[in-house]
Parts: sequence; structure tokens; C-alpha cells
Amino acid sequence: MATAIEVPAVEQHRTPKPTSRWRVIDIVVASVIAVAVGLVYFSWNLIYSPASAPLQAALPGLQALVYGVWLIGGVLGGLIIRKPGAAVYVSLVAATVSALLGSQWGLLTLESGLVQGLGAELIFLAFRYSNWRPIVAVLAGAASGLALGINDLVLWFPGATPVFGVIYTTSAIVSGAVIAGLGSWFLVRGLAATGALSRFASGRQAEVDA
Amino acid sequence: MSIDAVGARIDARAWGWRHAGRSGWALSGIDLAIAPGERVLLLGASGAGKSTLLHALAGVLGGDDDGEAHGQLLVDGQLPELVRGRVGLLLQDPDAQVILARVGDDVAFGCENLGVPRDEIWRRVDAALTAVGLALPLNHPTSALSGGQKQRLALAGILAMQPGLLLLDEPTANLDAHGVEEVRAAVEAVVAETGATLVVIEHRVSIWRELVDRVIVLSASGGVLADGTPDRVLAEQGESLAAVGVWVPGFPPARPVRAPRRDASVVLTTEALVIGRTARASHDEPITLELERGRALAITGPNGSGKSTLALTLGGLLPPVTGTVSAAGLANGAGEEPISWKSRELLTRIGTVFQDPEHQFVAATVRDELAVGPRALGLPEHEIETRIAHLAARLRLNTLLSANPFTLSGGEKRRLSVATVLATRPPLVILDEPTFGQDSRTWQELVALLAELLDDGTSIVAVTHDREFIAALADQELRLVGPTRARHDDVEATR
Amino acid sequence: MSVLTPVKGSQAVYRLNPVSKLAASAIISVTLVLSIDWVSAGVALALQIVLFFWAGLGLRPFFRRTMPIWIAAVLGGCTILLYGRVSGETYFQFLFIQISDGSIELAIATTLRMLAIALPAVVLFVTIDPTDLADGLAQIVRLPARFVLGALAGLRLIGLFAEDWRSLELARRARGIADRGRLRRFWGQAFALLVLSIRRGAKLATAMEARGFGAPNQRAWARESRLRSADGVLVALAIAISTTAVTVSVLTGNWNFIAAQS
Repeated sequence: MATAIEVPAVEQHRTPKPTSRWRVIDIVVASVIAVAVGLVYFSWNLIYSPASAPLQAALPGLQALVYGVWLIGGVLGGLIIRKPGAAVYVSLVAATVSALLGSQWGLLTLESGLVQGLGAELIFLAFRYSNWRPIVAVLAGAASGLALGINDLVLWFPGATPVFGVIYTTSAIVSGAVIAGLGSWFLVRGLAATGALSRFASGRQAEVDA
Repeated sequence: MSIDAVGARIDARAWGWRHAGRSGWALSGIDLAIAPGERVLLLGASGAGKSTLLHALAGVLGGDDDGEAHGQLLVDGQLPELVRGRVGLLLQDPDAQVILARVGDDVAFGCENLGVPRDEIWRRVDAALTAVGLALPLNHPTSALSGGQKQRLALAGILAMQPGLLLLDEPTANLDAHGVEEVRAAVEAVVAETGATLVVIEHRVSIWRELVDRVIVLSASGGVLADGTPDRVLAEQGESLAAVGVWVPGFPPARPVRAPRRDASVVLTTEALVIGRTARASHDEPITLELERGRALAITGPNGSGKSTLALTLGGLLPPVTGTVSAAGLANGAGEEPISWKSRELLTRIGTVFQDPEHQFVAATVRDELAVGPRALGLPEHEIETRIAHLAARLRLNTLLSANPFTLSGGEKRRLSVATVLATRPPLVILDEPTFGQDSRTWQELVALLAELLDDGTSIVAVTHDREFIAALADQELRLVGPTRARHDDVEATR
Repeated sequence: MSVLTPVKGSQAVYRLNPVSKLAASAIISVTLVLSIDWVSAGVALALQIVLFFWAGLGLRPFFRRTMPIWIAAVLGGCTILLYGRVSGETYFQFLFIQISDGSIELAIATTLRMLAIALPAVVLFVTIDPTDLADGLAQIVRLPARFVLGALAGLRLIGLFAEDWRSLELARRARGIADRGRLRRFWGQAFALLVLSIRRGAKLATAMEARGFGAPNQRAWARESRLRSADGVLVALAIAISTTAVTVSVLTGNWNFIAAQS
């Protein structure tokens, strides 16, 4: 008594069209990633000072070379979820987690997270959320670094010299590009290989390429 | 206040589903009609798509993003996505279904999503908790619940939505015997009271045999293989089901035949051992035991009695709170207590297989995973190759050597975790719940492998609640009876 | 300490709505951040210290939680001291380092400012229950419920992280690789933890969807989040502290708008 709908005669390997609406799994996994990244931020908050002190002593402003760790959230979120707003969301929630765990900056941590996430988001937007190659990740990380540099100089170091400002921002950009940009790209590739991202385009792409 | 629900009807016509990015259809040609109030047990080999069918009925497979469907699948004559509140889905992992931090809030979650008015929500929450037998205060933290309690909590959350269709996807696979019974009783009570339709997937048939009135078997190559009363289907299909790993009553897995023991020297002793995860003792009574070569010790006891802690302490991974663990028979120049051994020294003396195999994975391919231990020992390459080839053949992993360990199925992961331990040939192997949630085929293979090891002179310590495992392999049993007493027993060999 | 088990107590601060705590913290942060001078920061800090005792957090937990802030504030001040904008008399000079009147003043201002902004934030945040915060954000601030609750559910998985981490550590010892290479092992473990968490998150998402989450219909709320008079008092206090600090600073001529620092 089956009145079946016609099965297509040719079975094609169809890649689904990407939509910009967030599924529940997008929201929850983005939150999980943000929480994990927030934990990294929190640990990094505790130890970054001794790590950056020697850099600072060498050249004031150079300590921003290790600040790329704080920029991972936005780039990683964008690369994995691949939906509009992912970079901002993950960056913001990660900052919230590190603020909830008692970071030094309180509410301004959230503001930093927002601004830095926006940096990455703008790059992903510029590529119309359809280019996820390493160069885009690097650019997104660099843009986050730029945002971090400007944000910190305006809010936390308004009394510093212009030389300091230039060194600080440049270090932040480089750090963002390498640690947050390249680092996140490789991390996503590793995650996709484990099959953890099988319900995401970022996971399936790796399967197709492999 | 009782809970009312009229059972939902399921209709499927030539239905099939393909996950996005895959070329094969997970399911195809499914023709089913399930009447309201029927109780169905869904069986089939792994990969037959049982879980996919249940997820589809719950409307959580996803849209175009996630795959494509063909044919028709209707619940109460409508698409499942449109009637989500009508269908309740209980999954396998207790931890992944706890949504909020307090018991009451978690149960209320489903009602909130359905737009139920506030007073009605809390009435339903109370009724649901009572129906599943969870008599806890509403602000009890959900993180403090046992596995069985978490599953019942999820069931209460589903119940509060007053669904007409109850879907259970291997709900007891990750629970101990006590938890299994709790969940089974709760489901029975719920179904009896509400008259909801029930579809269960489980590979242990005996748990649900009495409760269901229909058994459906899905074929791995598509379509429905068998459909009828439990007695008839199990009689017809019992043997073939047992062959693919279903625990069918009447077709138990084969027990290994043990060879007589040759060497009886002692490998491990403990002296007034008090164990604990932190500096505080989790088990007060000191434990004294002795383990000889080629003998198997089973550690049993209820949840929370410290079985895993004991296993990790014996394995030299956790320090004893007081007392000693002494492995003079294994030391080979490394000192008496395993906790003092270096990580590399542990490799060739004591191997520990963790309860969750994924905790042990450190490499990106199965081959590298097998090589980690031997490489850490500094063995020459050709020796490593030989060992890998031998283990891969013995544990049926040769087709998987270049796969990522995380992508393996449950049984394959278990075999891999055992193989990695055996790669360095330790004379003592400790296993934490090795047969947890395993199908009968993997169980049989594992038990046969362990019997071989025992006959070769390897000693085994196994934390387990699996009575069949104990009967097949164990020579001694150490029962941790709650946090205060321990009892030793010699296990009667029933082979 | 876990972000999921906030400090509990019976003082007034625990009964306040999380949204008003957020608002109060935001008001203070935004006004104080606009200027870098020691007067506004100092006045705000003094007034806040009075309130901290009223909040009843307790001296020891207070210092334990805020220690990183104290450290960071001092370090931040030192940065400015050594590399800050030069003005007035110079006391010490070496390569790029230059300590001057101006940099000393800015350093003190920076330290006080960091303290004045961060300390109240911690005090307030530490008493926030995540579920109540989610309720407040969704019901009062009207953020989309899907995102707020999805984030809350993901946040819960933190609790399982610690257990998993311990198991991952022990497993590495058992696998024979725990003797050397701690840093490399750390990142390997972090990766494994991320994999496990994403998997669990995916399962959690399915469970939530199965309970009707994410459906287009209007959602009900089992717990009502309301703003009470005490919340109004808190926000008023925040405004009062901020305006007092700013006023005193402007009146004494110390107001130093950051945007004017070019």
C-alpha cells in the first residue's frame, strides 16, 4: 500500500546549501567552544604577566606578542560554525566565562570580547561567509589583533607614548594573525579529523577533502 | 494529579534518510505502521539505522543542512518536526541530557518550550518526578545525581511534556545493574499510566522483553527484516540477531575454555590499603589482597563504593591515602610500589584500560595509537611494526589502521584501548568496566582474548558489575560493600 | 569554586536581580573608563569599599577572588610608570624607560582606575547564579531566548570538564608518556577535552531539541525574573557613585578625558 514519493533516478552526492539561520546545535556547540576558550582565557589571565614581562622589558609594547591567545575565540568560532555572528558570539561568551571566573577586568572584558570578535567577524563578512581558507583565518586573526590594540590603547593606556602604541598594535596584529589565525585553522582541521564536527560544514569539508 | 496522554500513531511509507556528505543511505524502504499504545522493541545490527529512525520520529534529524529524506514518515498524521512536544526522546548518555542546574528547572524545561502556563508547569513537574520515582527537592543540583537518576530525570522532563510517543535510544547502555532496573521500572510505570506508544532500542533484549508486545528488526541493507510478537520474531531471528551482537535470551555468547595454570607466584599485594581520590579517604576500611600470576580478580560493588579508585590505585596511577600497594613480583629493579614508578616503567609492568576509551587516545591514527607505548620504550622500528601487525590482526583492527581513533565505533574503540595496553606486554592488566555497554559479539571476543592472556600467565584485575563476565573469567572477587566494608570471595568456576 | 555554584547567603546582595547587577557594574565601568585621573578613581573606590562591607562578601573570599585584580592593577600601574607619557620633571631614564612627574601621576591613576572598575564587578558577578542571569537576560533585557539558554546549557558542561581533565591526565601516565614534555601534553589534553566537549555539546543540542527547544512558538517561563525596589536602589547607588566621582574630579580640575590624549 506504499504510495512512495519518487526517488530521484540519479543519486548525487549533494552538498547542502548553507543557511544563515542558527540551528540549536550551532548555538550549543558555539557555547561549548566558547566555554573551553574562556577557560583558556582564564588560565592565560593568571599566567600571562610573567610570560609577557620579559618581552615588555625588551621593548615596551612587545608584550602584545603573546596576546593572540585572547583572540582565538572569534576566529575559531567563525571557522567552525560558519554562520553570521559566530565570531562575535564565541568571542563574547568566552569573555563572559573568563569574567565570571573572576578576571581582572570585569565588564570591560566583555567589551573587549565584543570588539575583538567584531574584528574577526568583519573579515568573515568581507568574504561573504563562504571562504574559510587559511588566508582568511590569518586575516581575521590580524583584524582581531588590530581591534585589541586600538581598544587597549584607548581604554587602558591612554597615557602612553605613540611609539608604545605602534609597537603594541603591531605586536597584537602579528600575534592575532599567527596564534589566533593560523592556530585556529589548524585546530579546526584537527577537530574535523576526529569526526567531532560531523554535523557542521567545517567537519564535512575535511571528510570530502581527505 | 495524574498525567494524561493518548498514544501517538506512527506511519512510515518507503521512508529513507541520507546524512549530508555521505553517499550511502542510512535507512531506506522503511514501511511501518505502529498503532497508538503499542510497545515496540526495535532490533538490528549496528549500522542498520535504528537510532536514525528514532531521531527522525522525534524530529531532530535536522533539515537540509543535515541530510535528505525520501518517502513519508508521519506521527499522528503530521511531520515529526511539527509535533515535537508530542514525542519524547531519551538518549543513551546520562550526562548529555542534563540541561539545567537544578532538578525542578530541568524537568520544567520541556514545558517552557511548549508554552505551558507557569502554574501548570510546576504541577506537571511534581507529577512527573513522582511518576519516575525521583523524590528529590526541586533545587537539588543535577550534577550530584547518579547515572540512573539522571536518566530518570530526563524521563521526567520528557513526561512533563505529556507526550503520546516515548522513544528510548539504548537508555540503559551506560548504567550499572541497579540503574538499569530503576529506569526499566520507571518506564513501565509511565507507559502503564499514560498509555503512550513506546519504541525502544536496546541490544539487551531481556530488559524489555516482558514490557513490549511487538518486535521489529531492521535490516542493515534496508527495509524491515521482521515484524511481529516477541516470541515469534525472537524464535525466527534469534540466532542471526545473536550473531550480529544482540543479547538474545536463549542465545548467550560462548564462554572460553580455560587451560590449567602453571606459575603461581605472587604479582601484587596490598597491605592495609586505604584508597581515595584526594587526600581524604573514599573507602574507610583498609583493603588487603593478594594476586597471583595467571589469576583474575574482579572488583565489584555498588556505585560510589570506590571501585574505579581502587583500580587506579592498584595500577600505580593514584597514590594510596595510607597503606601500601606492593608489586615486588613485577618490579624488575624499579622499586616496589607502582606509584613510585616512572610512566615508562609502568608500560611494561602494569597496563590500565580506562572505562572511557576516549580518555586514552593520544594519536591521530590507529596505527600511531598502537605505536605510542612501544615508541616510548624506545623499541626498534621493525619490532614496533611486528607488534602492531600482530595486535591489529588479533583484535580485528587491520582495516582501521589509518582511521582517526575518535571516529571508531564503540566496540572498535574498546578493542583499540585494550590493544594499546597489550602492545607493551605488561604482566598485569587492569580493566575498568571492560564490558560496559558492549554488544554480545564484542563481549565474546574480549572475554576470549582475556582468557588467552590469563592462560599465558598474565594477571588481570577487572572492575565490573557484569556477572557473566565474572563467571567466565574471575578466580577471585573483591566486593566493596559501600564505603565501609570489603569482602573477599573465591568465585565458583561455572564453565 | 565553580562558576555554577555561586556564593550563597542571605544578605541583600544575593537577592538582587542579576540584570541590575550587570547594569550597575556597567554604569561604573563606563563612567570611570572615560577619564584617567586619580581623583575620580579614588573617590569611586572609597565609596565602593564602604559598600563592599554592606554587601557582606567576607574579607577572605573577597581577597582570594580579587587577588589577580590587585596584581594586575599594580603591574599596569608599573607599565605606565616606566613607559607613560612624559611631562614635568624626569627622575630616571634608561633606554625607553622614563619616569617623570607625569608618568607617576598617570601610574597611580591607572592603578586606582583598574581597581575601581574591576572590584565591584567581581563582587557582583561572584554572587550571580547563571540560570537566574539567563532568565533575566531573556525576560527583562529581551535577548533571544535560544541564544541565552543555549549558552547556559553549554556553560553547564564546565562541571564535567574537570573530571574529564583528571582522567586524561591519569591516562597519559598509564600510556607511558607522562615523564617528559609537559607543555606538549597539556595542549594534547586540551585538544582531547575539546573533542569530548563538542561531542557532548552535540548530544545535548539533540536532547534540547527533542524537548521542543528552538521551536518558533512563544516560550513560557517557569521562573519569573522581576526587578524589585532593591534593584532600583543598587542602580541608583551606582549612578550616585559615578556622578560623585566625576563631579569631584571635574570640580578639582583633574578630569582627564581619555579621548583628549592624542
